[in-house]
Amino acid sequence: MAEKVLMKGNEAIGEAAVLAGCRYYFGYPITPQSELPAYLSKRLPEVDGVFVQAESEVAAINMVYGAGSAGARVMTSSSSPGISLKQEGISYIAGAEIPCLLVNVVRGGPGLGNIAPAQSDYWQATRGGGHGDYRTLVLAPNSVQEMADMTVAGFEFADRFRNPVLLLSDGVLGQMMEPVSLPDPVDYDIDSKKWALGYNSKEKHERNLCSSIFLDVDELEEHNWHLYQKYQVMTDLFSTGEYKDFAVEEHLCDDAEIILVGYGIISRILKTVVEKCRKRGIKAGLVRPKVLWPYPAHVFERLAKTANQFLVVEMSCGQMVEDVKLSVNGKKPVYFFGRTGGTIPSDFEILNEVDKLVRPD
Amino acid sequence: MSSKVERIILAGFGGQGILFLGKVLAETGMHAGKHVSWIPSYGPEMRGGTANCSVILSENEIASPMVTVPDTVIAMNRPSVAKFNLKIKAGGMLMYNSSLIERQEFRDDIRLVEIPASEIAEELGNPRVANLVMAGAYSKFSKLITFDDLVAALPALMPGSKKEMLEINQAAFKKGFDFVEEKKYMFGRYVYSVFKGI
Repeated sequence: MAEKVLMKGNEAIGEAAVLAGCRYYFGYPITPQSELPAYLSKRLPEVDGVFVQAESEVAAINMVYGAGSAGARVMTSSSSPGISLKQEGISYIAGAEIPCLLVNVVRGGPGLGNIAPAQSDYWQATRGGGHGDYRTLVLAPNSVQEMADMTVAGFEFADRFRNPVLLLSDGVLGQMMEPVSLPDPVDYDIDSKKWALGYNSKEKHERNLCSSIFLDVDELEEHNWHLYQKYQVMTDLFSTGEYKDFAVEEHLCDDAEIILVGYGIISRILKTVVEKCRKRGIKAGLVRPKVLWPYPAHVFERLAKTANQFLVVEMSCGQMVEDVKLSVNGKKPVYFFGRTGGTIPSDFEILNEVDKLVRPD
Repeated sequence: MSSKVERIILAGFGGQGILFLGKVLAETGMHAGKHVSWIPSYGPEMRGGTANCSVILSENEIASPMVTVPDTVIAMNRPSVAKFNLKIKAGGMLMYNSSLIERQEFRDDIRLVEIPASEIAEELGNPRVANLVMAGAYSKFSKLITFDDLVAALPALMPGSKKEMLEINQAAFKKGFDFVEEKKYMFGRYVYSVFKGI
C-alpha cells in the first residue's frame, strides 16, 4: 500500500482500474461521472492502454463486449440514463458470460431527471436491468477508499465468475475527495482465459466462440440452467462461503433493538445517526450491505431474532427495502424512510424517524 | 469549536477558487495525519455563479461526510453569507471576505472574523489568491491544522507549478495568518454593536 493521496471517487476508480490491469475503457460522458473517463483518457495511453469516447452508450457497451470476449480486462462507466442505454449490451454480455466492470454513478431519475446524487437505480442494478434471466454481481462502496478497493475486487470477481460486475455508486461518492491508499498493481495476463477468443493463438486448438445466441430451445434451456447454477454458487459464496464477511458491514448490532439499514453514502450518514442514538440511550445498530446482489439475507435472518425492528433508509422512494423485507421474512416489522430527487437526508431527520419508532407516544 | 472535529462550509462565486480552498484545507489535514473529507456542490454551475464545498477535518474516522451544521463558514461573497449564516452552529465562526461583504447585522451567538481577503490579494499582486489568504487566516483558529501544515502541503496541491507561484501562494497564507495574529480583524458582539450604533 502506497502513501495516501487525496482523490475524487471517480478518479480513484480510474486509477484502481489501471492498477488492476484494465487497459481498455469505452464510454460516453455524463455528469456526475465524467471525471472517470477524463482521468482514464489521460492515464490509459501512459500504460499502452486504449481509451475510446464512443459515439454513444450503445456503441461503448458493445466495444466492452468485444474487448472482454478477447480476454482483456475492460470497463465502462456512466450515470443512470446512460446505464439504461447500455442494458441491451449488458444482457448480451451476461448471456455470453463475458467478464467486465460496469460503473454506475447514480443520479436522479426517472428519465433525464437531474444530476444530483440518488439511489433510485437499485432495482435496475439488482434485478438484471436488461432482458432475460440473468444477474449481475453488484458492489456498493461507501468511501473513496472502497471505490478503489471494490474496483480491483470487481475485476477479480468478474473473471472468477465470468460475469459482468456492476459498481453501484452515486453522485456524492463520485464527486467527493478523501484520502485513499491505492492498491498494489496486478500483472494481468490477457492470454490467461481459456475460453477467450484468440486464446493461445500460436497453437492449434478448437475455435473459441463467445455468443449469447442459442436458437435451439433445448440448448437455451440448458444454458439458462447453467447460468442459474452459477448464480447459486455466487449466492452461496456471498452468504455462507468465503465472501460472507466481504458482503456486509455490521456496526453495534449485537444488542441493538432497532437496526438501521442503508448502503453507499447513506450508510455513512446512518453511522452518525447510530452514534447519536447511542448517546441518547437508544440501542441502535447498522447493517450496511456492501454487495447488493447476491443480497446478504443471512445477516437479516440472524438479526430478526434479536432486534425488535428495522428501518431502511434510501435515496429513493423505497427499493432495497423490498430485499430487507424478503430477508426478515415477516419476523419483525420493517420500516422505510427515503428522500429522493437528489436530496440527501440529514442525520437529524433520520434521527427523528428513529425517535418516532422507538418512542411512539 | 470541538477539538476533535472541524466541519467547514466554504462558499463564494464560481472562479474565486472555493473548491480549491476546500482542497487546500483537506490536503493539509491529510498531510497533518488527520481524517478528511471534501464534497463539492456540483450542479449546472458556471463562472460567476455560486459554488460551495464541505470539508471535515477530524482526529477520528469520519462517519458522515455531509456537513449540515458547520462549525465554520468561510464566505467569499454576499450571497454565501445569506445562504449559510443561519446554519452555523451556535458558538461557531463566520469568517468572511470583508472586501466584498459589508458589515451588517449578523447573529451575535457566533464569532465573526472579517478579513479583507480580496484587497490583501491585490496588494500581493494577484487577486486570485484571496482564497489562500482565507486559508492562512483559518489556520490561526484551527485546532487541527497549523500554518506550517499549510506551507508543507502546498507543493502537493500544485504539482509542477513554478517557484514564483508557490511563493505568492505561501505569501497569501502568511498575510491571512498575520492579519488574525495582529488582531486586526473584528469579531463577536463588537461588530454587532458597531452596526447598532451602540
